[in-house]
Amino acid sequence: MTEVGEEPRADLKRRNNRAWWLVLPVVVSVAFTAVIPLMTVVNFSVQDVFTPSDRIFVGLEWFRSITRDPEVRSAFVRTLLFSAQVLLLEIPLGVALAVCMPRRGVWVSVALVLVALPLLIPWNVVGTIWQIFARGDIGLGGWAVNHVPGVDFNYTLDSTDAWITVLVMDVWHWTPLVALLAYAGLRSIPEPYFQAAQIDAASAWATFRHIQLPRLRGVLTIAILLRFMDSFMIYTEPFVVTGGGPGNATSFLSILLSKIAVGQFDLGPAGAFSLLYFLFVQILCYVFFTVLTRSGR
Amino acid sequence: MARHTGRRLPWARTVFWLYAATLMVPILWMFLMSIRPNEDILGSFSLVPQRVTFDNYATFFTRSAWYSSYLNSIVYTSLNAVMSLVVALPAAYAFSRFRFAGDRHLFFWLLTNRMAPPAVFLLPFFQIYQHVGLFDTHLGVAIAHMLFNVPLAVWILEGFMSGIPREIDETAAIDGYSLPRFFVRIFLPMIRSAIGVTLFFCFMFSWVELLIARTITSVNAKPIAATMTRTVSAAGVDWALLAAAGVLTIVPGAIVIWFVRNYIAKGFTMGRV
Repeated sequence: MTEVGEEPRADLKRRNNRAWWLVLPVVVSVAFTAVIPLMTVVNFSVQDVFTPSDRIFVGLEWFRSITRDPEVRSAFVRTLLFSAQVLLLEIPLGVALAVCMPRRGVWVSVALVLVALPLLIPWNVVGTIWQIFARGDIGLGGWAVNHVPGVDFNYTLDSTDAWITVLVMDVWHWTPLVALLAYAGLRSIPEPYFQAAQIDAASAWATFRHIQLPRLRGVLTIAILLRFMDSFMIYTEPFVVTGGGPGNATSFLSILLSKIAVGQFDLGPAGAFSLLYFLFVQILCYVFFTVLTRSGR
Repeated sequence: MARHTGRRLPWARTVFWLYAATLMVPILWMFLMSIRPNEDILGSFSLVPQRVTFDNYATFFTRSAWYSSYLNSIVYTSLNAVMSLVVALPAAYAFSRFRFAGDRHLFFWLLTNRMAPPAVFLLPFFQIYQHVGLFDTHLGVAIAHMLFNVPLAVWILEGFMSGIPREIDETAAIDGYSLPRFFVRIFLPMIRSAIGVTLFFCFMFSWVELLIARTITSVNAKPIAATMTRTVSAAGVDWALLAAAGVLTIVPGAIVIWFVRNYIAKGFTMGRV
């Protein structure tokens, strides 16, 4: 069976540069909120700021010192590892969940609302929920782990436990996004595809592999990109739960960055750090975007 | 067109409801905390509350710091969802229908704005919004949140619009419809579900965002999430009140998703995304 992805008909689009007028409102509104702050950060990154009026140009000095900083390097590896684990867990789990979701009757609405609930909780509230839920003394989650398998679990003291808590929290929080996107993608597959599969007596797995999965490419591109950027820049939730600790165990790039920027007020290094961070996420997203939209064409 | 389910494995449903139940456990735990007095929560572990009280909710609705920041969040979130939709609609139409100089680069550039690490970018935000007089206003927060919601809205809408055949536009043009009239009278009703889904996602991402909203507000437009962090830093955390506020922050989102549930179920990717 061949893949049944629908070919985009980009070549049929009319060439018309007046379409710029239609995108102008978007460009203006985003530029106001994006470009000016970006230029300010670039400004920070090449200067040593003592006071707003007393600053000297230092060129690429901050960029050099940031890339050599061992603390930044280990946070970078840690964040990359976290994002990889998040993608490996959430994408398959979300797709599996979408396949299992009911698709008819009154239960569809109930299922959708239940699954979407974690997404609608403000991020610091998510942190607060898990901060207490994972506590061994007064939280159900921590208490259950301590008492049922009898493992000694304490996320404020043990770095592995802290990592697991943050990871489980992220899976709890964000798998629903992948599931909703995948579910919506599955619903858009027309009936005849399944009839054809039935005539071929395709197994459930074969139907999934050759009909459902290829049709999910578009939504999964969105899901992977969104999950990568947001997990690589995760800040609020681990900040509330662990504050980056114990030690440096959950000190991700964003937490380290805000320590430098807000805690120490070192605007130069923080600016350089931000730009490198921003650039890295962009490059990786561009690679994902290109690979995912080109494959299967 | 009839939407089909595909072949279902017999245990699929069980797996799903088990997962959904697990998902609810931390939220239920927060709810249970919200109906207990604070001393009981810290006193001892218990599955069922020994004493049930609704005082925490009463406190929330009688102290203006709490309920007014709750209203602030609802106001700027709704404002943001509408504004993002309005600017994204023509742009998404342009991306789905025309090729123009730099279109692909522009599309990717829009997406990159979601990727700016907030810590350092927040400083200029504070300065700019104060400078233009949007500091601590609902409109200010709504505009700031367009940074990440407009690109997402364009992305979602473009996917839906590309699924609608271009012949419809051409037929309407032959029938004498101008572009704006065609867009409002024919095209918009056709993408109703896309609008529902877009509004939901804009509402969601604006509602849950804390860092930007907190930076550019102080009192008049302060978000509920920021009010909650103040309680954390105060001496002795009032977990019960925090839990009650937490439960209430889920309510508006739950209402919104209830309204758009059918649109999401109808399918997202009518064309390519």
